[in-house]
Amino acid sequence: MVSLSHYLVLGAVLFAIGVVGIFLNRKNVIILLMSIELMLLAVNINFVAFSYYLQDIAGQIFVFFILTVAAAEAAIGLAILVALFRNLRTINVDDLDKLKG
Amino acid sequence: MIFQDFVFYSLASVVIISALGVITLRNPVYSVLLLVLAFVTSSGLWLLLEAEFLAIALVVVYVGAVMVLFLFVVMMLDINLDQMREGFWKWFPFGAILAFIMTVEMSMVLMSKQFSSEIIQTPEYKSVDYSNTKELGRLIYTEYVYVFELAAVILLVAMVAAIAITLRHRTDKKSSNASRQIAVSRNERLKVISMPAEKKE
Repeated sequence: MVSLSHYLVLGAVLFAIGVVGIFLNRKNVIILLMSIELMLLAVNINFVAFSYYLQDIAGQIFVFFILTVAAAEAAIGLAILVALFRNLRTINVDDLDKLKG
Repeated sequence: MIFQDFVFYSLASVVIISALGVITLRNPVYSVLLLVLAFVTSSGLWLLLEAEFLAIALVVVYVGAVMVLFLFVVMMLDINLDQMREGFWKWFPFGAILAFIMTVEMSMVLMSKQFSSEIIQTPEYKSVDYSNTKELGRLIYTEYVYVFELAAVILLVAMVAAIAITLRHRTDKKSSNASRQIAVSRNERLKVISMPAEKKE
């Protein structure tokens, strides 16, 4: 029988995959953004699972807001990416040192 | 319950395999498509958890809008793939160890008795006339109405920011300036000069 911990472990595995994606694709900003999306998906799965097993719909409302923020983040991130590519002709993270940080 | 187990395990394995593909594949277009697969499959998982509205919202809003935006940007940019893959294998062992440790630690916590089916029982099925969408809508427009409005403002800010970032003023474009055209007065365009009448031959 599927219990709450099944869903939580699935979320944990997905989150770990997202973290590793950031480590492996250090040069590619697009894959970095997609790894962040994966991590947000893992968090959302946790919220929905808790909402179902504790019979509290507030968790689903929180997922709603996370989806909103994630959409905003993706839109701004991709806008920055396009502006960056237009100016530098690259999206390599190592070349993005204009601010000398 | 056996059928639900089967559905859960098959969907979960598809989610994990496609997530692994997202971070390891060479071509970013395939990565985006696999991310779409992961989102669609997890919306199936959410249906299993009786979150029908969110499952559909995930497919319509997320896959339909955000992922298509990703795909659009990935296809628009001309990326040097070999350069992008630099350092992949260098960081692979470190990443694999990190993932292993994280997964084992979290699993040890999450598989404990507190989250097992003895403590938290699987809830009963809802009755047929129960509507997940109605319940969500009722809560959003009453208890969480201010947060909802805040989310709307966040989306507005994101929209303005995205447009402002990608807006560019081209200097080589030719266009008419309507306000200057309207504001023009007669004196700027028409000059009346007095000149003597010419003699007839």
